[in-house]
Amino acid sequence: MSDALLTARGIHKSFGDNHVLRGIDLEVRRGQVVALIGPSGSGKTTMLRSLNGLETPDAGTLAFDGGPSVTFEGAPRSGRARRAAEARRTALRDRSAMVFQHHNLFPHKTVLQNVTEGPVQVQRVPRAQAEERGRALLDRVGLAEKADAYPRQLSGGQQQRVGIVRALALEPDLLLFDEPTSSLDPELVGDVLSVMKGLADEGWTMVVVTHELQFARSVADEVLFLDGGVVAERGAPAQLFSAPREERTRQFLHRILHPLD
Amino acid sequence: MDVELFLDSWWPIVLGGLTGTIPLALMSFAIGLVIALGVALLRLSTHRALRAAGRVYVSVIRGTPLLVQLFVIFYGLPTLGVTIDPWPSAIVAFSLNVGGYAAEVIRAAILSVPQGQWEAGYVVGMSRQRTLRRIILPQAARVSVPPLSNTFISLVKDTSLASLILVTELFRKAREIADFTSEFLLLYLEAAIIYWIFCTVLSFGQDRIEKKLEQYV
Repeated sequence: MSDALLTARGIHKSFGDNHVLRGIDLEVRRGQVVALIGPSGSGKTTMLRSLNGLETPDAGTLAFDGGPSVTFEGAPRSGRARRAAEARRTALRDRSAMVFQHHNLFPHKTVLQNVTEGPVQVQRVPRAQAEERGRALLDRVGLAEKADAYPRQLSGGQQQRVGIVRALALEPDLLLFDEPTSSLDPELVGDVLSVMKGLADEGWTMVVVTHELQFARSVADEVLFLDGGVVAERGAPAQLFSAPREERTRQFLHRILHPLD
Repeated sequence: MDVELFLDSWWPIVLGGLTGTIPLALMSFAIGLVIALGVALLRLSTHRALRAAGRVYVSVIRGTPLLVQLFVIFYGLPTLGVTIDPWPSAIVAFSLNVGGYAAEVIRAAILSVPQGQWEAGYVVGMSRQRTLRRIILPQAARVSVPPLSNTFISLVKDTSLASLILVTELFRKAREIADFTSEFLLLYLEAAIIYWIFCTVLSFGQDRIEKKLEQYV
């Protein structure tokens, strides 16, 4: 497919004896929102982290269009092989930005400094320009007046929105979300989801690991259901949620939607 | 108790502290921190040989008495034709010593910063080195102030050992007067009181640094 932004083929990853990813294929087209759902331990977060090199797969290929194609084979043993792997991961990372489950904001920097750190330090954007853009982005998520606050002075939902702005400020090709609402109080979830929905509507390319099935259903273009380290089922949300083909998909959806049964 | 001797000797001993003990401690601590940061990074390196080098350094420094280290440098090295004056000898010995102890403090402080901070640094595009410098070390600094203050206060008192390699400092002044007057108890207690005052004043400094670094926590 010509408009694939990111293609992952046969991604494998083990932690010790635990074979977490068992050959996962994933294709993300420009402007598409892909949701990864599945029970805990299914490998969805590990898959997401493999896409930007926070995890190094044991086997498989990752390729951005017009960018590096990286093939992984075996754990690096020598120092030189490790450094080469590190260089490959860095190349992958430059194309994407991630929003973490626990925001991971820099506690010793103000909100605005968090947002401008990457552009100023890494991308060499002039500080004044980065700050102007940073303030505009903060304004978009309703946090303009918090620019000079420290992260600890914000609520969980506000912190997570800053986390999103920090990712946006890098102007990446791809946004990765790792369960961005699962550590939030229920009443704060909506703010974050509505920001994410806005980004999807604007045409950002996103891969989202989430437990918010409602969100996946209304925003995602494609949903992948992971179970036991493989893609058990994939499809358009309308089909996958309403008429799952696989029995384990059905069971998973049932457990989430009717937890008391 | 000879009150007059106590008062007369007060200023000479304090002066010994201000011109000997304090500058010796400050200089050794500053140099020692640089060594400590280097050794801590060796201990955290991905290269096995560098990690081992860091471990050996810490082990040797912590496993041998400071007094012996001082004597090796000042009285031992001349045998090899390396003669170092009392002051530089003391600074070398104390710096190396602080380097060993503070390295462990700094290493622990770096490890106490959550892994997610490293990952956030990587995600905004920073290298490991830049993440360490801009994200991890500032947070580690906050954590390491109380234990490093401990190291510093110990150092202030340990500098009394320098009197044994002919450095003129607080305790050497007290000893000179004691030897001259034979009022050993009086002079040594007086030295103890002055050390105690110095250390108390210095720990106010710790509070101020902690408050300054605390603002974001």
